[in-house]
Amino acid sequence: MSHTLTLKEPPAPEASEKTLRVGQRSFLRRFMSRPEMGSLLGAIVVFAVFFSVAEPFRQASSLMTVLYASSIIGIMAVGVALLMIGGEFDLSAGVAVITASLTAAILSFQLNLNVWVGAGLALALALTIGFINGLILVRTKLPSFLVTLSMFLMLQGLNIAVTKLITGKVSTDSIRNMDGFASAQMVFSSSVPIPGLGVSVRITVLWWLLFAALATWVLMRTKVGNWIYAVGGNAESARAVGVPVARVKIGLFMTVGFFAWFSGMHLLMASGVQQSGEGVGNELLYIMAAVVGGCLLTGGYGTVIGAVIGALIYGMTKQGIVYAGWDNNWIMFFVGAMLLLAVVVNMWVRNQTSKR
Amino acid sequence: MNHIRKLTIALAGAASLVMVASACSSEGGRQDTAAELDTPELTIAMITHEVPGDSFWDKVRAGAEAAAAKSNVNLEYSSDPEAAKQATLIQTAIDKKVDGIAVTLAKPDALQGAIDKAVEAGIPVVGLNSGIEQWEEAGLTQYFGTDESVAGEAFGEKLTEVQAQKALCVIHEQGHVGLETRCSSLADTFDGDTDTLYVDGASMPDVKSSITSKLQEDKDVDYVVTLGAPYAMGALDAVDDAGSDAKVATFDTNEDLVGAIEDGHVQWAVDQQPYLQGYLAVDGLWLYNANGNVSGGGKPVLTGPSFIDQSNIDQIKVFAEKGTR
Repeated sequence: MSHTLTLKEPPAPEASEKTLRVGQRSFLRRFMSRPEMGSLLGAIVVFAVFFSVAEPFRQASSLMTVLYASSIIGIMAVGVALLMIGGEFDLSAGVAVITASLTAAILSFQLNLNVWVGAGLALALALTIGFINGLILVRTKLPSFLVTLSMFLMLQGLNIAVTKLITGKVSTDSIRNMDGFASAQMVFSSSVPIPGLGVSVRITVLWWLLFAALATWVLMRTKVGNWIYAVGGNAESARAVGVPVARVKIGLFMTVGFFAWFSGMHLLMASGVQQSGEGVGNELLYIMAAVVGGCLLTGGYGTVIGAVIGALIYGMTKQGIVYAGWDNNWIMFFVGAMLLLAVVVNMWVRNQTSKR
Repeated sequence: MNHIRKLTIALAGAASLVMVASACSSEGGRQDTAAELDTPELTIAMITHEVPGDSFWDKVRAGAEAAAAKSNVNLEYSSDPEAAKQATLIQTAIDKKVDGIAVTLAKPDALQGAIDKAVEAGIPVVGLNSGIEQWEEAGLTQYFGTDESVAGEAFGEKLTEVQAQKALCVIHEQGHVGLETRCSSLADTFDGDTDTLYVDGASMPDVKSSITSKLQEDKDVDYVVTLGAPYAMGALDAVDDAGSDAKVATFDTNEDLVGAIEDGHVQWAVDQQPYLQGYLAVDGLWLYNANGNVSGGGKPVLTGPSFIDQSNIDQIKVFAEKGTR
């Protein structure tokens, strides 16, 4: 009975049903139901809070500092968001940044290479780390938590041990006066003056926006983008319709590897040396940025724009608290509370707008 | 008329009550005392590489707060152990157009860009605690701290004096130039062997268990040298756990440690007087702003090393109990 009913129903009301639905859900509501809209609202709230309480927050130069702090987390969050939409996450991302930076610095210095050659070798290593993460994951079918946690700890140890072994210190030798450093610094760690405003924007901010735009285009307009959503949503059905699940996942881990390399190059070119013990804990900030931006921990849902906004919320909060002069002892509490607030607002907006 | 007088008295009474109440609630705060001062109000940012929750930095900050309160200074303290993030904090201080910046140079290379910008913006920058080798070159006007190599050498001599055989130098913050220097300078003047151990200073269980394992593995160690007071207390537990006879001596002090020195559990502490570092850094910036004074005559202003052991613990104890030594 019901079968025949449901089978019979579609043809006739299809057109009117569609117009009906569009009519019922207003433009605003459809707009608001996008994954990143909740976080955009959160960002506006956070911005408003600091704009009203912290006087220095209102200057253009302060805004540039906020954008810079956001971009450091944000560049990685682009890769991490892609990976998360694909249904996985990467705990080794924080120390992988330092691994890339250390590799470039040590190889360039010890082998007397042009800095760009060292950077190229570091890129190869960063991609390899991503490849290994992905390969182990698809071969063993272990959860990404276990695979990447192991990688995180191994890299943490390697960073310190290998650096100490080769340089005899816990930091690398300076590569500041080596060939190629100046040009690498231009690319990875320079400032671009903004005409008319009298301030400069750090180049990482521009790279960040470029990467985000590129990743959004891939997600929204290409076959690979569809694959990523499909793999994150339901890997089995994706495989059934011919999506190369293993290749997509490995590719996503390598993408994170690429961004880790890029972030590492920024750190290295900013000062010319790299401390081996840094980076621990940042992986959670990348994941947080993606989640605040509307990516689901379970995969298949979210946008890169959301992760960009998530990183911006983090940057605004972290620096805004300093601009506001709030007690330093409380800083991580405030950061946590703000992020929680952003996630809750995000969820609330999603629930409200998915209702009819 | 009477009515009005009564009302006035009542109002005055209420007002004075409010004043008393607010006076009570703001005890220890700096705003109220600052309001009584007629010197121009300054904003000074202190940006350190503190690992959150270390008692050493609490004392640096206490000294800085005390100097700020005395001089109508609005002190803005912030910190991040990661060099790049510390540099960003310096940038935020520049954005706020503060009147002075006090900064620790644990990782000088990574901070140089930000310091240059502060200097360009005409903000005086002083150093404290770490960076004695680099502060002048980095463009800072004054420096308040200990010469880590002098302190390390003094420590090594003391070890030789008590006829120690093998010292284990415990570094609680990877890549911190000052801590590395302490250990290497100690090794220079110490006649016995030295070994270095890295531990995670943000996790006391890790500190303890790492030292325990090391002592179990290497029975020759007869002196455990920690580079911060809390780690000395951890080391005492570790020595117990390992069933070792090693003695513990340390850099830096805190209230706990005073008791341990009094009881003879910890042999001695080399003190760099963190309270003084925080105090002088703020005061130095204040003097520079108010009167153009520069302390040190182009040389660092040394706040240590001074030895604390059973011979002088009674004097220092009084201040340690107030949390200022």
